[in-house]
Amino acid sequence: MPIDVEAEVLWNRRLSPGYNALALSAPAIGARVEPGQFVMVKTAHGHDPLLRRPFSVFEILRGDDKAPRGFTILNKRVGPGTARLYAATPGQSFSCLGPLGRPFTLVDPPFEAWMVAGGVGLAPFATLAERLRERHCAVTLFYGAKQADELFAVDLFESIAVRVVLASEDGSRGMRGLVSEALAHELERREPDPPLMLYACGPEAMLIAVCKLGAVHRRPTELAVERVMGCGMGGCFSCVVRVRDGEGKTRYARSCIEGPVFRGEDIVWE
Amino acid sequence: MDLSVSIGALELRNPLMSASGCFGYGVEYADVVDLSALGAVVVKGLFLNERDGHRPPRIVETPSGMLNAIGLQGIGVHRFIREKMPELRRLKAVVIVNICGTTVAEYAELARILSDVEGVAALELNISCPNVKEGGLTFGCDLTSTHQVVTAVRQATALPVIPKLTPNVTDIAAFARAAEDAGADAVSLVNTFLAMAIDVERRRPVLSNVTGGLSGPAIRPIAVRMVYECAGHVRIPVIGIGGIASARDVLEFMIAGATAVQVGTANFVDPFIWPKLLSGLEQYLVRHRLERIRDLIGSLETGAQPHSHEPTPRRT
Repeated sequence: MPIDVEAEVLWNRRLSPGYNALALSAPAIGARVEPGQFVMVKTAHGHDPLLRRPFSVFEILRGDDKAPRGFTILNKRVGPGTARLYAATPGQSFSCLGPLGRPFTLVDPPFEAWMVAGGVGLAPFATLAERLRERHCAVTLFYGAKQADELFAVDLFESIAVRVVLASEDGSRGMRGLVSEALAHELERREPDPPLMLYACGPEAMLIAVCKLGAVHRRPTELAVERVMGCGMGGCFSCVVRVRDGEGKTRYARSCIEGPVFRGEDIVWE
Repeated sequence: MDLSVSIGALELRNPLMSASGCFGYGVEYADVVDLSALGAVVVKGLFLNERDGHRPPRIVETPSGMLNAIGLQGIGVHRFIREKMPELRRLKAVVIVNICGTTVAEYAELARILSDVEGVAALELNISCPNVKEGGLTFGCDLTSTHQVVTAVRQATALPVIPKLTPNVTDIAAFARAAEDAGADAVSLVNTFLAMAIDVERRRPVLSNVTGGLSGPAIRPIAVRMVYECAGHVRIPVIGIGGIASARDVLEFMIAGATAVQVGTANFVDPFIWPKLLSGLEQYLVRHRLERIRDLIGSLETGAQPHSHEPTPRRT
């Protein structure tokens, strides 16, 4: 059950001219959120902007006693709402509705986890990696962006012994090219055992590529999709994704309540 | 303090309803909203059969509002009765089912089917969706068609019948009159305003359907004016819809002549809005020393001639 919290800004870390990590004080959401779930953030009081914006929870923030005090979101400045989140200062507050949506399925050893992230698609993987490492899974993060200064928080993953494979389209850090190419390269060289779960979040072209690679290499995939979302609660039917219904037909599923995490084989790419 | 209002024979504990298409099938909100505390839950529009709806993108935000072109995706009336009604009954919701048809006969058939379903309190006729021809503007933009579809549904059911009117006409009061003459128990208005948004970088429409319906606070003053006009021209109750986001807005519609209201877009922004609206209404009654909210309905004091522009004769 989601709750609505008027969450104070704890800090705002500018990661680049277009990206920031925003820390919000919301202990109750921090305590409940599962990897892959999201919050709907109201970026202004009043009617402009009007609708909330969906964000994956990035890190769960904990106090000295390890109790959750809130969470961070990874924000990319694209419009007026995200510009307000980029400019946010401590003391300001934003209404946060969550946690919402269906989380990732957690695997256990002998399964290994390979997480594939493009751009701000990195967001759900900090909490996922943490939970999988607690279960003693070997975790790899494939992480791509346009250029080096858009690759963030790598040390966060390395500090919990996640193997990180980086890619940038201009070659300024890690492999030159798309992160899906880095993934393809490693999948081709891998033995069938131990079993492997692929998790992905990022641009649609990347998700399609990961989905295809999963099918070719017979690896299960779970994808967190991003859609234009109105309410996050199943009320507006705007965030739909085409899925197979199991009887040979397809239908539109609301990604806010049936997702945002879907099995790769269930999605029909339009 | 008495917040109850009457829509024909239907007694509502308060004037607040969810707007169709903005509250799913109601059950989606059961975790966060006490559905039995609403005057009524108006569920998403239903055809006889399941419908896919339009391709995404289906919504876009605009100044103080949003456009939608969902395309009436829905599970069809039979699955609704089977899969959603038991839960709505259990939660003691007053359920108003919004029905859509491609033909007059389909509206009548839906009305017959739903008349036998326990827990259905009334029918709202969607003759006003701007995003699909059938089930939408085909009926709602033509006075004769509006009269025909309401007549057919009236004959098919004893349930209260509430046509939902489109604002995309020159004289909405004439449509309210046509609905009343055909036996409607109330009218609800307004559905969304046909509108459009363009991605100038790509020179393409933002919505896959090209056009969509504008809702949200941006439309509220126009909706208030239309409710005011309609309430002056019919004897049946008017249910006000359009950009309501606060108790003040509810009161504005009621003073203009609405017996009840529906809240749509604001529920997307804040699903916890319902108790806030109710307590705001109660505070207003206390502040104005009023016992019953129904005494506010149509209580506008203009001190002037009500309309300079008056295309439809008023009924008094």
